[in-house]
Amino acid sequence: MIMATAITTDPMLPQPYSVREVAKETPDTFTLTLEPENADKPLFQPGQFSMLWAFGVGELPISISGDPGLNDRLVYTVRSVGQATHSLVNQQVGDSVGVRGPFGTGWPADAARGRDVIIVAGGIGLAPLRPLIYHVLRNREEYGRLVVLYGTRSPRELLYRKELAAWARNRETQVLVTVDYGGLGWRGHVGVVTTLFKYARLQPASSVAMVCGPEIMMRFVTRELEAQGLGRDDIYLSMERNMKCAVGFCGHCQYGPHFICKDGPVFRYEQIRKLLEKYEL
Amino acid sequence: METLERIIAEHPFFVGLDGSFVSLMVSCASNVRFEAGTYILREGDPANTFYLIREGKVAVEVLAPQHKPIIISTLSVGEILGWSWLVSPFRWKFHARAVDNVRAIALDGKCLRTKCEENHDLGYEVLKRFAQIMEQRLDATRLQLLDVYAVRR
Repeated sequence: MIMATAITTDPMLPQPYSVREVAKETPDTFTLTLEPENADKPLFQPGQFSMLWAFGVGELPISISGDPGLNDRLVYTVRSVGQATHSLVNQQVGDSVGVRGPFGTGWPADAARGRDVIIVAGGIGLAPLRPLIYHVLRNREEYGRLVVLYGTRSPRELLYRKELAAWARNRETQVLVTVDYGGLGWRGHVGVVTTLFKYARLQPASSVAMVCGPEIMMRFVTRELEAQGLGRDDIYLSMERNMKCAVGFCGHCQYGPHFICKDGPVFRYEQIRKLLEKYEL
Repeated sequence: METLERIIAEHPFFVGLDGSFVSLMVSCASNVRFEAGTYILREGDPANTFYLIREGKVAVEVLAPQHKPIIISTLSVGEILGWSWLVSPFRWKFHARAVDNVRAIALDGKCLRTKCEENHDLGYEVLKRFAQIMEQRLDATRLQLLDVYAVRR
């Protein structure tokens, strides 16, 4: 059983965490390992997110990308694309960062028990899925086959390269990686992530799929998963919108009748299918 | 020993093809091998063959001026390389290079075009299968063009 979310303090009050490590993943993406400055043990479900404060700069929703089995730290993979993310990835070991959360719904790890797990990730979308991969590998006997399909723009933007190779060495685990554009030095697959399906060994009737990446990519992936024979209730997506309060008060992340922060970020595909087809939503 | 007939009949691209059509295909087919690094086809050359890949990986490349070749897709076991043999003016639009040692069945496009003209049922079967591949690759190209992983500020 995955541990339940524990928010014991005021959800609007950031807790102080200190930076233990900042690891460079790609030219613009870094993984931060934070440890609590007080005695609290951070618990989370794979797929949940936190609000991270870069003090004096701003607050951002960032998915937790670490191992849920390690409860002395929280790990986040952050792409530096603006002022606040830039500040976060430039923290030094020992610096203090504010953390609110964890918030939101997680991947259905319990519901997937006994079934094959298909992970489809695009770009930094692998980060929110990594805790689930850790969880499945840690509890390998409780799940069927694990299939990870991962696509990025180019080889230099691949996250967790060593781990991808290590995951593939586990029994009953298939990891397929592709890039949209490859240079001459790249000997792997080139093509969008949906082109990996033809190499994947899937048993759609006994599988659950979890997808995270740019929304357009997820639309194409859901089409492919349906074409493979997965039911809409067996496909889960992690959605992203501009989140502010993270507890469903402010409405910034409203998505049709849902608040992404509170009702998501993980949704069953059937819940949001019609919204995905709306222009400009 | 595997016969060409069996290899063609069991290749994912031709699965379910009527036996008499498979026999027609075999008369246009041959086994080929390419060493890693060699070019299987080159842009602008006459397109008179297509390949059923049996082993190895092939990179489809676009040449750009003052730029190293750009790999736009890779094709592996069970896939088809080349459809320009089917569409006038029958010239390759891209380069294709063997990334690993590649084993394939080469089908003589000229031979097959003639057979398709003579036997429209065969022609229709071949076109249906190629149309599906073209549709899949067009879809993939559209998604690739969207450059979905780019940072949007």
